Amino acid sequence: MKRLPVIAMALATLWSCTAFAANTIVIGGKIFTESYVLGEMAAQTIESTSQVPVTRKLGMGSTGILFEALITGAIDVYPDYTGTLAEAILKRPDLKSLDDIRQALAGLGLTMSDSLGFNDTYALAVKEEFAEKHGLHSIGDLIPIESAITAAFSYEFMDRKDGYAGLIDNYHLNFNPQKISRMEHTLSFQAIDQNAVNLIDVYSTDAKIKKLHLRVLKDDHNYFPVYQAVWVARQSFVDNHPREWQALRGLEGKISAEAMLDMNAQADIQKVSFKTIAAQFLGSAVPASEGWWHEVLRRTKEHLWLVGVSLLFSVLVGIPLGVAAVRYHAAGQAILLSSAVIQTVPSLALLCFLIPLFGVGTKPALAALCLYSLLPVVLNTFTGIRAVNPIHLENARAFGLKPRQVLFKVVLPLASPTLLAGIKTATIVSIGTATLAALVGAGGYGAPIVSGLALNDLPTILTGAIPAALMALVAHGVFELLGLMLIPAGLRRRS
Amino acid sequence: MLELQNIYKTFEDRQVLSDVNLSVPKGATHALIGSSGSGKTTLLRITLGLIPFDKGYVKINGQALLSFTPVEWADRIGYVPQDGGLFPHISARNNVALIASLRGWRKSRIENRVEELRKVVDLDPEILTRFPREMSGGQKQRVAIMRAAMMDPAVMLLDEPMAALDPLIRRSLQQELKSIFQRLGKTVLLVTHDLGEAVYLAEEITLLHEGRIVQAGTYRDLLLRPAVPFVSQFINAQRTLPDAAEIR
Repeated sequence: MKRLPVIAMALATLWSCTAFAANTIVIGGKIFTESYVLGEMAAQTIESTSQVPVTRKLGMGSTGILFEALITGAIDVYPDYTGTLAEAILKRPDLKSLDDIRQALAGLGLTMSDSLGFNDTYALAVKEEFAEKHGLHSIGDLIPIESAITAAFSYEFMDRKDGYAGLIDNYHLNFNPQKISRMEHTLSFQAIDQNAVNLIDVYSTDAKIKKLHLRVLKDDHNYFPVYQAVWVARQSFVDNHPREWQALRGLEGKISAEAMLDMNAQADIQKVSFKTIAAQFLGSAVPASEGWWHEVLRRTKEHLWLVGVSLLFSVLVGIPLGVAAVRYHAAGQAILLSSAVIQTVPSLALLCFLIPLFGVGTKPALAALCLYSLLPVVLNTFTGIRAVNPIHLENARAFGLKPRQVLFKVVLPLASPTLLAGIKTATIVSIGTATLAALVGAGGYGAPIVSGLALNDLPTILTGAIPAALMALVAHGVFELLGLMLIPAGLRRRS
Repeated sequence: MLELQNIYKTFEDRQVLSDVNLSVPKGATHALIGSSGSGKTTLLRITLGLIPFDKGYVKINGQALLSFTPVEWADRIGYVPQDGGLFPHISARNNVALIASLRGWRKSRIENRVEELRKVVDLDPEILTRFPREMSGGQKQRVAIMRAAMMDPAVMLLDEPMAALDPLIRRSLQQELKSIFQRLGKTVLLVTHDLGEAVYLAEEITLLHEGRIVQAGTYRDLLLRPAVPFVSQFINAQRTLPDAAEIR
């Protein structure tokens, strides 16, 4: 009991660390190089014309996450493509002109700029050697070798109407379905580089086309829709920050496809930072970079917040649930069963279920982590209490202990080693699972891991992965200490 | 003075106790004896107020169990479970002090009482700092008696006090217990299946069989004037070692 104020103070400190200033402009971005570069350009453009502080939430996730974030106000503006907006968001592939799309967006309280100057459409690519060998120049040339093709396509490409399904229909291609696999974009580049597959989908401005010596197959049928890069923003942001929005629109028509491909190549191949690339293009000074330590510190705070809150929840809710499960048999089985069912839902799927309820950002991530950390605590509370010798309970009653005193003086202390082990499991699982929170824009150590994976950049991955592993180790140590403090001495093993 | 009057108890239509009467005068030590299944554990739990009964009265100094709250009753009847039943997670001292501290006793009062009882049971002060797993069977039994006597109850109830001890220690602890009971001056009821223990520690014995009192009286009464043949059977069954005359 005496320790409660300490925990409360620690949480209050965490809260104040993670709460951010209300009046900032938040720039979002998807998890691929071009979106990082464009997002960084947006941030620097606003920073050079306005005093309003800018928060960068680059590499938040895929289209659905970004769009949800925009609708719910988690971000104010992000770069996207007209084709994506029409097809994936508005579900209106018939919308072709910018004005039509803009009008449809207005119905959702959103707006968009004109084209930034380039079209980044889907394309199919093969290795140069492979193209030479089979005389491939356009998509139609694939037909003679269609059954021999092994391909890796991104999830988004496979699922979109204007992606894979429409493509084979349009070109009358008959690929062997067993030789078509779905994988993350970054991984499919690795796969083609290592000759594991010979056909992949690419974005037409992707720097890896240059790096891996790929040949983009011509789209003779003009099948792929037009993907003009634009800024998408909430109307309320445009209304409240007209000057900043004008500054962003100043980039309309300024970025050519060559310039974009070049910038992507600088980032992917020469490993120039996004900040530097954007600054060079805008002709402005490179803003001071956050610095490795600062990033790690910020991510640590975000991660601790996610883990801390879910842990507090699992303790405050899980222990009473475990106690109730022992006391009321039928309810107990229901509680144990439902927390076990939650545990079997894959974490990504759970995050997706929670987005409609909680939007994107920290909330759905916290909800998912709370649910995940519940089972170990409920289960261990249940087993711990059940393992207490019933003789001690009867004796306690014979000595005149009231039910509350029996619970707090006898049952919980005797169950404490098992209980604490459950909380420890919950903590360590939650440190690991919290890295997935980055996929819904909740930050934490997962953010550098996710963007590092997307950009194929090992040091960035390690920026998240190493501290996450260290945090798990520290948690282990902390629980050893907690064991010394909380488990009654009579139950500890003699050292 | 402890009295059980006309106690009846059924479990799922099975009569486990019928018309049980038992009376232990103030300051006397009495043994309730019976084999397993005789109903003695049920009677013990009824006496402790842990389970309800169908008919009859349990009284201490003329006041009935049902007129007290569970806490008030617990403070009138000090219970020494089998093997001592010490809570394993706390030290011997905290086991002894637990109930008093839950009743809001001041620290100094608790300390004085613990010290007083430690002298009565003749326990090395160092033992009080140990945890139950670090104590011998005899030490646990003494600490459990201290705990039971802590609230100065009128009656002490001991469940199989010697069952878990090895035979040599039993003998010396039996003598020890006898003098502890004398020093405490309490009304004591022992519940046991062991005739030797009952005879040695108690002045009078009540034999329970299939939920009924078969006979009550001194060992001498039971031995020389058995009320029914079962009494002799029970006594003879417990004399497991052959006499010298029986060994050729």
